[in-house]
Amino acid sequence: MTRRDTGEPSELDWLAIACLAPSLLYVLIMFVYPFLYGIYLSLRPIKVEGFSLANYVAFFTDQYQYKTIGITFRLAVPNTIVVVAISLLFAYNMRRGIFLERTITTILVLPISLGVILLSQGILGFYGGKGWFNQILQGIGLLEEPLVLTHNYIGVMLSLFMQQFPFCFLMLLGYISGIDPSIENSARTLGANPWTVFRRVMLPLIAPGLAIAFALVFVMSFATFPSAILLGQPTGATRTIAIAAYAQAFEQFDMPYASAIAVIMGLFQLGALLLILLLRKRMITAATMGVGKR
Amino acid sequence: MKDTIDSLRFRLTKRFGTKTVLRDFALEIRGRQFVTFLGPSGCGKSTALNIIAGLIPATIGEVSIDGERIDRLPPEKRGFGMVFQNYALFPHMTVFGNIAFGLQLQRRPTDEIRRRVQEMLDLVQLPGFEDRYPGQLSGGQQQRIAIARALVMHPRLMLLDEPLSNLDAKLRIEMRAEIKRIHTNLGLTSIYVTHDQVEALSLSDFIVVMKDGVLVQAGTPQEIHDQPVNVFVADFMGFRNFFPAKIDKVSGPGVYEAEGGGLKLRGSARHPFAPGADAVAAIRPDDILVGAGASGPNVFRAKVDIVEYLGREDEAVMTLETGSRVYVRTPTRIAAGDLVTLTLPPERMIFLPPDGGAA
Repeated sequence: MTRRDTGEPSELDWLAIACLAPSLLYVLIMFVYPFLYGIYLSLRPIKVEGFSLANYVAFFTDQYQYKTIGITFRLAVPNTIVVVAISLLFAYNMRRGIFLERTITTILVLPISLGVILLSQGILGFYGGKGWFNQILQGIGLLEEPLVLTHNYIGVMLSLFMQQFPFCFLMLLGYISGIDPSIENSARTLGANPWTVFRRVMLPLIAPGLAIAFALVFVMSFATFPSAILLGQPTGATRTIAIAAYAQAFEQFDMPYASAIAVIMGLFQLGALLLILLLRKRMITAATMGVGKR
Repeated sequence: MKDTIDSLRFRLTKRFGTKTVLRDFALEIRGRQFVTFLGPSGCGKSTALNIIAGLIPATIGEVSIDGERIDRLPPEKRGFGMVFQNYALFPHMTVFGNIAFGLQLQRRPTDEIRRRVQEMLDLVQLPGFEDRYPGQLSGGQQQRIAIARALVMHPRLMLLDEPLSNLDAKLRIEMRAEIKRIHTNLGLTSIYVTHDQVEALSLSDFIVVMKDGVLVQAGTPQEIHDQPVNVFVADFMGFRNFFPAKIDKVSGPGVYEAEGGGLKLRGSARHPFAPGADAVAAIRPDDILVGAGASGPNVFRAKVDIVEYLGREDEAVMTLETGSRVYVRTPTRIAAGDLVTLTLPPERMIFLPPDGGAA
């Protein structure tokens, strides 16, 4: 049972509030104010006097603009599914430690430390038309023509995967290796084979962590910007909503319209987060009810 | 698969890297016995149990049941029940779901599952708990459910890995009786792992004392309790007084006289000693008698240093006239500073081989 059930609501702790003040102030100045200012700005279009929803109307009536939502979803949803699924596969199989675990973990996590630009350059070089990947496949006779893997949808997917996999993998590895091994051992002695253990016992226990991983990767993918420009087709197939906002702000110099697009993007991310967290909450009350650890 | 076994034989060696946790640990266990692996933490007892369960592989070794090798079988094919120290219930399933889990995997008919779960809840005295979640149960209740979950499968061998060590003292005694009752009533074959000698003595038909991955002594509780083979087992079994001694002479079958730290000692030994051999004399604190006017062998004068009141008895630390320290537990009321006469009854004193001697 949760601790909340027992105690009376605690009194205001001024020391705690004082200690929190610097971080609250930071959040206020660096996040809340710009966010509210952005909303305010989005409601003051350049061409109209006073407050108006004209920017939002413009976005949703211009096909070139509103279809960026669809493009972003088409990138973010498959990418999130692939990243979470592959991270789960790795993390689950490494939950009890494996041979050369430290080395393997380092290699898997390395891309985080490189930064998006370097990573993108690497992908361009390696997977490009004259890159090693195509040269090798052509060299051994598997391919006639080089595969087009960059400056399109696939390029962005590759880049997003490499950036997000390490985060997602580490998060899930921490979550899964925290589950008491005797739980799966007991399932084994009760007659469950490894697959049944995964399906009936471990997956339900991992599900809440999976939901969090899904939410974070989705939000990161939805905001993708550098990858979409460097490895995609920023004017066509991978013109994500972030690119649309950037173009309004720094190519058309229409800050209010750009703000409106940013707000729309934020609302979609928030909506997706809420939906996933709502599902997670239902999963937990149904699944790990009353377990103190989670 | 039969409900119980006639015999379980194993011979196990296990290394983790360069560390050997089990060294040729071999035993034959007969059916319907309650066998305990007893030893301090790190002695390999849990590793042995996990190898028997099939949860970890042995480096070298074999496990066979009624003459049939089972060490290649995965745990789910062995038909053993296992109970863990931390209960290991499935937190996302109700009590019913936990107990029914194994039966559902076997695709038993629903009414059979319902009936067998019901029987098990009655057996562990928790009827009506079907719809609770593990998080809503106390530690003792969770352990009962864990036992029920293993037993409902009619395991041919029950493996219990320190099942009581997370419970408080009072509950531990209750659950100990419960485990013994279930073992006897159902005619189970059980292997129980513990570091608690009281648990081992009270539950077992047969005790296996282990140290550093090696079997040190195996025998009935009476044998282990009365005739430990060396200082390690004696220490584990509550002998707290050890005096280095040299055997003087053999004064009867298994009866020896020895000289130790200026004391003339008489006692018995299972292990044969030659005159002149080094030995360790050992006696339990509660076997020492306190009283004035005693005479005969093994009677010494001592000064009381510290007294701890334990209710029915006092536990005292004393110094013998020769300077040796003695631990005594006695119903005679004494006080620090008293001079007392101690009798170390020869029938209660044993001679053991010194450390490094035969185990």
